[in-house]
Amino acid sequence: MTPQVTLPIYDDLLKDFSKLEMKAEHEQIRQKRRNALEVFKRTGFPTRKHEDWKYTAVTPYLQANFRTNGSVPIAPVAVDYLKLAAIPGLDCYRVVTVNGVLQPTEVALPSNVKIRSMAEAQEDAGLLKHFGSVSVLDNAPFAALNTALFAHGFFLEMDANTSLDKPIHLVQVLNSDAHAFVQPRNLVVIHAGANATLIESVVSTPGTKVFVNSVTEVVLKENAQLQHYVLQMAEKETQLIQQNDVSQSMHSLYSNYTFSLPGSSLIRNNLNVALDAQQTETHLYGLYLGTGNQLIDNHSLVDHKMPHCNSNEMYKGVLMDRATGVFNGKVFVQQDAQKTNAFQQNNNLLLSDEATINSKPQLEIFADDVKCSHGSTVGQLSKESMFYLQSRGISEQSARAMLVNAFAFDVTEKIGIPQLEKFINHKITAHIPALN
Amino acid sequence: MLSIKNLQAQVEDKQILKGLNLTINPGEVHAIMGPNGSGKSSLASVLAGRDAYEVTGGEVEFYGKDLLELSPEDRAREGLFLAFQYPVEIPGVSNINFLKTAMNEIRAYKGLEPLDAKSFLKLSKEKQQLVEFDAKLVNRCLNEGFSGGEKKRNEIFQLAMLEPRLAILDETDSGLDIDALRIVANGVNALRSKDNAFVVITHYQRLLDYIVPDFVHVLFDGKIIKSGTKELALELEEKGYDWLKESVHAPIV
Repeated sequence: MTPQVTLPIYDDLLKDFSKLEMKAEHEQIRQKRRNALEVFKRTGFPTRKHEDWKYTAVTPYLQANFRTNGSVPIAPVAVDYLKLAAIPGLDCYRVVTVNGVLQPTEVALPSNVKIRSMAEAQEDAGLLKHFGSVSVLDNAPFAALNTALFAHGFFLEMDANTSLDKPIHLVQVLNSDAHAFVQPRNLVVIHAGANATLIESVVSTPGTKVFVNSVTEVVLKENAQLQHYVLQMAEKETQLIQQNDVSQSMHSLYSNYTFSLPGSSLIRNNLNVALDAQQTETHLYGLYLGTGNQLIDNHSLVDHKMPHCNSNEMYKGVLMDRATGVFNGKVFVQQDAQKTNAFQQNNNLLLSDEATINSKPQLEIFADDVKCSHGSTVGQLSKESMFYLQSRGISEQSARAMLVNAFAFDVTEKIGIPQLEKFINHKITAHIPALN
Repeated sequence: MLSIKNLQAQVEDKQILKGLNLTINPGEVHAIMGPNGSGKSSLASVLAGRDAYEVTGGEVEFYGKDLLELSPEDRAREGLFLAFQYPVEIPGVSNINFLKTAMNEIRAYKGLEPLDAKSFLKLSKEKQQLVEFDAKLVNRCLNEGFSGGEKKRNEIFQLAMLEPRLAILDETDSGLDIDALRIVANGVNALRSKDNAFVVITHYQRLLDYIVPDFVHVLFDGKIIKSGTKELALELEEKGYDWLKESVHAPIV
């Protein structure tokens, strides 16, 4: 297929790559960049002709003249961005990035957790071992592009057999009033027996025009546990393509909670979990609230490669106005993956006649002794429930908010942090549209 | 308090209420009986404001206000309460938060401050005892997984909490065993006062042994065709409805 050379950003990115070649970098990383660029050049930016991008057109968002890599502003932001991301009452270790650039931490982290910029850690044996080892780039043009041309990002490591007394809150601020194309690359390694909670909040300063193409690789060693929360609440003129690639070792537990809230005009989450060893447990919870003309696309893949693994996925969507939701959840159960339990559920609530959902649960089973199920529903608020609440004196607006919160409850009740659960419930209530 | 004059209503072009008249004063208990399909539950729905029903004629005045002009929530805030025949299960909405929201929206409508958490809890405990409602159910999700009897008792608990001026019980006795029936009836009796009124819609005289009505009305074909005192209910139990239907259908000589 011919890449879309008509997009100015395509040429700019290729130029960036030749400049990058002149910079000093570990040969191993450089080689991965080169290979990834070749993968990207084969397809270029995906169009709706690619099955995985059938409902999500990205090229309309890539027409502008973007500042890329070196020319993206990295100065500290004047606005009090921490307010944008604040979760009331939450006690946490806070780490901030601005357009992917790690900022100095105000309060030192405990010694069992290390967070460094990718550049600073590029000679680290652990980084070199895991960087690019989890992400599969075939059929993932954005991940290939990120691997070829990432700038900034962080490397987070949690020491073996340790835990933290409170979550790490990673505030990712986007800030640029000129169009910027930002490609951070992150690596999270949770060593054997360690337990961590990471909350990522993506926010933007008012008027920011940033297109994010980020990749985060997550490695869970034996017996490791990670509760991984992702809160997407950047503003309208931002677009987020966020890839999360996870590799799980034996007895590890990975829980992902992805909340896509009103704001970003385009959100595409690619969440890929490879169950590379036996006896792993995986929970993927998602809640997307779309308003205006938002397009929120969640693609997930749970790849059961080994026996005795459990995975459970539940995504709920509430779509208002002219918003569009896309859910594509793949579950692969490979031939060796006997005794697999794999469940998947996607429920959607359409609150407007003009809202759309494209839901595609996809289960492919090659083993014969497994328990798997999947389901997808689309519905509206029950009139009978509305009337019941209203007949008790509750306003139509509050009744709708109560029912939407109740719809989301299956996901929100799984949030292990009360302050965060409250925060999300408030966000839901705040976005229930006023009556026409 | 409530005056219904020549009320006519339809659902999907089918005329259900065909000129119904009824006046209710504070302190009264009215029983409405009648065969299946006569319009009993429709009357309850029209009064509570269910939007599937279209009022095509007549008027309903509630404490001087045109009830039919009010939204369902404003009817509730004015003091009208419908105990549902089939209470809805709403997973994810906690019973107690639901009641707190309802109560505070009603209070706000009346210009009152919201009840603080402590007073609300105290009130809730009192009312639970009054209507013999299990404290465990109070903290569960709204009617989720409740038995038929528990749902009906929850209706009476809500009634006790919201203290309406007029409560309509729509076949609250249906699906109840004797013990549950007695508990529900005791709850209603405990809540009766000279300032409030009850409309009890039922098929069976049995409930009226426990909740003794001041008036009994027979609804048939969208109209009240006979009114009387509690003795009328006994007569219906004995003779059925056919003798009344015949008098309605009898040609006018």
